[in-house]
Amino acid sequence: MSKLDSKIPEGPLDKKWEKYKSSVPLVNPANKRSLEIIIVGSGLAGASAAASLAEMGYKVKVFCFQDSPRRAHSIAAQGGVNAAKNYQNDGDSVYRLFYDTIKGGDYRAREANVHRLAEVSGNIIDQCVAQGVPLAREYGGMLSNRSFGGTQVQRTFYAAGQTGQQLLLGAYSALQRQVGLGNVELFARHEMLEVVTIEGKARGIIARNLITGKLERHFGHAVLLGTGGYGNVFFLSTNAMGSNVTAAWKAHKKGAFFGNPCYTQIHPTCIPVSGDHQSKLTLMSESLRNDGRIWVPKKIEDSVAIREGRKKAIDIAEDDRDYYLERRYPAFGNLVPRDVASRAAKERCDAGFGVNKTGEAVYLDFASNMKYKYGKQVAIVKGIHNPTEEQLHAFGKEVVKEKYGNLFDMYKQITGEDPYEMPMMIYPAVHYTMGGIWVDYNLMTTVPGLYALGEANFSDHGANRLGASALMQGLADGYFVIPYTIGAYLSGDIRTKAIPTTHEAFEAAEKEVQARIDKFFAIKGSKPVDYFHKKLGKIMWDKCGMARNEAGLKQAIVEIQQLQKDFWADVRVSGEANELNPELEKAGRVADFLELGELMCVDALHRVESCGGHFREESAETSGEQEGEAKRDDANFMYVGAWEYKGPNTFELHKEELKYEVIKVSQRSYK
Amino acid sequence: MSGNMNLTLKVWRQKNGGSKGELVTYPVSDISPDMSFLEMFDVLNDQLVTEGKEPIAFDHDCREGICGMCSMHINGHAHGPKDQVTTCQLHMRSFKDGDTIVVEPWRAAAFPVVKDLVVDRSSFDRIIAKGGFISVNTGNAKDANNLPIPKVDADKAFEAAACIGCGACVATCKNSSAMLFVSAKVAQLSLLPQGKAEASQRVLNMVAQMDEEGFGSCTNTGACEVECPKGISIQNIAIMNKEYLKASVVSEQEAQ
Amino acid sequence: MSNKEFLTSSLAKKFVMAATGLFLISFLVVHVSINSLIFLNDGGETFNVAAGFMAHNIIIRIMEIGLFVGLLMHIYQAWILTQENKKARPVQYAVQNETASKWYSRSMGILGSLLLIFLAVHLYNFWYPTKVAVAAGTEHNTYNELKEVFTGELWFVFVPVYILGVVSLGYHLLHGFPSAFQSLGFNHKKYTPLINAIGTGFSIIVPLIFALMPLAFLLGILD
Repeated sequence: MSKLDSKIPEGPLDKKWEKYKSSVPLVNPANKRSLEIIIVGSGLAGASAAASLAEMGYKVKVFCFQDSPRRAHSIAAQGGVNAAKNYQNDGDSVYRLFYDTIKGGDYRAREANVHRLAEVSGNIIDQCVAQGVPLAREYGGMLSNRSFGGTQVQRTFYAAGQTGQQLLLGAYSALQRQVGLGNVELFARHEMLEVVTIEGKARGIIARNLITGKLERHFGHAVLLGTGGYGNVFFLSTNAMGSNVTAAWKAHKKGAFFGNPCYTQIHPTCIPVSGDHQSKLTLMSESLRNDGRIWVPKKIEDSVAIREGRKKAIDIAEDDRDYYLERRYPAFGNLVPRDVASRAAKERCDAGFGVNKTGEAVYLDFASNMKYKYGKQVAIVKGIHNPTEEQLHAFGKEVVKEKYGNLFDMYKQITGEDPYEMPMMIYPAVHYTMGGIWVDYNLMTTVPGLYALGEANFSDHGANRLGASALMQGLADGYFVIPYTIGAYLSGDIRTKAIPTTHEAFEAAEKEVQARIDKFFAIKGSKPVDYFHKKLGKIMWDKCGMARNEAGLKQAIVEIQQLQKDFWADVRVSGEANELNPELEKAGRVADFLELGELMCVDALHRVESCGGHFREESAETSGEQEGEAKRDDANFMYVGAWEYKGPNTFELHKEELKYEVIKVSQRSYK
Repeated sequence: MSGNMNLTLKVWRQKNGGSKGELVTYPVSDISPDMSFLEMFDVLNDQLVTEGKEPIAFDHDCREGICGMCSMHINGHAHGPKDQVTTCQLHMRSFKDGDTIVVEPWRAAAFPVVKDLVVDRSSFDRIIAKGGFISVNTGNAKDANNLPIPKVDADKAFEAAACIGCGACVATCKNSSAMLFVSAKVAQLSLLPQGKAEASQRVLNMVAQMDEEGFGSCTNTGACEVECPKGISIQNIAIMNKEYLKASVVSEQEAQ
Repeated sequence: MSNKEFLTSSLAKKFVMAATGLFLISFLVVHVSINSLIFLNDGGETFNVAAGFMAHNIIIRIMEIGLFVGLLMHIYQAWILTQENKKARPVQYAVQNETASKWYSRSMGILGSLLLIFLAVHLYNFWYPTKVAVAAGTEHNTYNELKEVFTGELWFVFVPVYILGVVSLGYHLLHGFPSAFQSLGFNHKKYTPLINAIGTGFSIIVPLIFALMPLAFLLGILD
């Protein structure tokens, strides 16, 4: 029998949340003051939850490994945040956002959660504006929207290319307000290293003060993880250097099931790798695809010439260019979803058509729109009837600069090439992980009292996330979901007095953490932590990346297990435990990535179907119009794969069947 | 590889906040011009670990110029010689083969050194906690479009809000003044109608906390605006001065 | 916030600097206007009338007290601010590349100190003898006194001191003039460039007129 109970409320889909809110047990204000909540992570989900719960009267403690909660990686999101406001009167609705999210997720998300997400999406915008988040506006003073990721409506709110930053600073300021009022205690430069469970319930954490190295015990009636995704398992990703799976992984090892670990989103428009020294990858906003055409040379000898530096992009004649997305997907062209665009780029590069030194890059070319769309428009406005090519280029450049200036500057800064004159080079990179800690409708994990929010949970995005939905989900969880759902648990816990941290469970957990730290130092190996991280990343990228197959995954599992052994035998952690020690921090995180990587491969291996970001080469259409495209297997795999930790290298699968009561399941087609 | 560089680094090493530090010289070789400045530090650190020495501690996280965590003072400039970039976005092609590069932590009484190049910037958080917000609880908001905001105000507020809180302004200012940081938040919120209700209280409290943290005063040299990686304008400082004057002279509000 | 805090906060100190600075600038306008009368080259006749008025008029006498109070406040506040600002950076950089700001913006304390020394000499030369004369009720020819100082046997001391003094004044103003407006919260896209231009003009023209005076005496242009 499955241990998974998703606790989805009864009733029609569009009434579930409404009904839930009016029937969920409440905690009275006097009791709230004696209930303590620990929140790990200060990104959109963590900060918004902390602020909201503290406003309600709970005693909150917030932990983040950065020097300030404002640095959480939500800050780097560029594009925008979706909300079903229908301000543009283009037919948007809660149902449409719900439908698009389920479809975009390739029918692998839970209907009830996604509908709730769409319902509260509008409130997010209201809340953020009230906080003073400067979202983009029209001249009339109303909020501006753009379309994003190929949706048919304009529902994306944005603040230039810094939407994540602005939303996070909004949540951060709400959090700091509560800190100032004494309702939240802030622990920056602290890293959670263990969950403490007492009688099966989450009751606190062990955290390491990263400055002094001291291990601290913290009690909480409930523990919330808003610790983000685990894309850094690939070493190179668009995640921040510090983004890690440690908190989630510790929770997993303490009994929280891990949902769909193999669902990874590879973003098609990132700046390609330039060499071995590369430490991270930088995203170029998806919005660029609205105006850029993606191509590689038609003739392989041209690609070779470009790679060897004998030719440049502009030397390739129009007829010798292969606009492969437009060729393969005439209906959506360059705006196909992320997973489709990413795989298409890989396909061309694997076939030998890549255009940079490493052979892993394609062109994103603005020349056509710059000249013939924007340049012409300006020429008409200026009354020039026969503009020269140079004039068109100059006019168009101004328009493009206005729209994407900051992105173009960033590209130039990183690559040293001017994208106004030369096409950009892009290549897919790991960007987001749809998988994460399995949670029920209340966002509670399989450990009572332990919650996961935002990207850290297995989330509402199914097997693939739509653009501008990550910010929406993080804030929905923190501002509008957890404040209600946590009451369902804490209302039953009002008689529990704060447990002293001298309790044996805390004692034991701290000992465990200390033992592991001692072990790192005891190895005294010869290789720095990054050596192992890079190796793991390469295995994951090659065998559990954009395309996966049985042989590769089996091989990957063997290689990762070997790498785990090598790591524990030969890693070198310098410095001491009782001081600021970034090498020690990295070692802990990489040790967890090594275990997670294995589980991701195990999950990818068992899922013998292609869905969303997970493409199994064995499961592709073999004939007809969709030949070569991903093939889902709804009969056998329409479930959430939730894995239980059963000891080293052992994981047990539990299935949560997905039932679609409202939406008709169909095949995605972008032809 | 051709075009790669050999450099001499002089890096501030300091065991912890209580100890004395010094500049230590490290040669680095075969540095690609495509590397970021921090990637060069990764190379150096790997080298140090392999040699059994202690790597250099430095703050960094997103490495795409937005989180505000990186913080090096390079050859006398906060975030290095290029304008409008953070250290993580500074690339080695900005240097020449044979260069000597001096790297120091941010220097300010309010940013004490934690270790090597890492400083404690929690004073910024405490200033925000005193008033860098609009007091609106979750669930109190009315429909976002019920409050039209002129685009020019929204844009100006956005430009101020682009601050990443890195502290380069403090590091650059000869007085270690935090005025650019504080004023960016004060200006952002006072330009928006939502923020006007508590404008007086906000500016009084935030300035009081800023003073308490031990930052110096602004003497309008304008260096902060030049070194700011996000191009925050000192016009925000004027806005804050005005708000403060208004709050102290006109308003009946008192700081708490 | 109590009134006490308003006077001691870092911003309040800036307001005091700006307000007293602007007040002192307004005094310069008067001073330079009267000095310009010398260039009428009428043997100091008009100039002496104006100087006499300034020395005897009761309203001007009261304003003079205000002027000294303003000056002292400006100096005192600058001293306090400098001390505090020094404390804000206990450890200096090994390398500080100062291309981000102008040297005179960073050197207001030194420029101000130079000005103060100059002022002491200046008061000793002109203000003090006038006071003595007024108190004694004797006739006093300021014009002749100027001539004496700038062409007398110590001319090689006084003329350079004066030139140096007004050059310091020029740079002090170059920063101080626009800075006062910024400190008082006035920074406007349309008007600030104008203020900056006026400030630059003022900082060049006023010291120039002051400097021309000793030079003109020394070179015998004025008689």
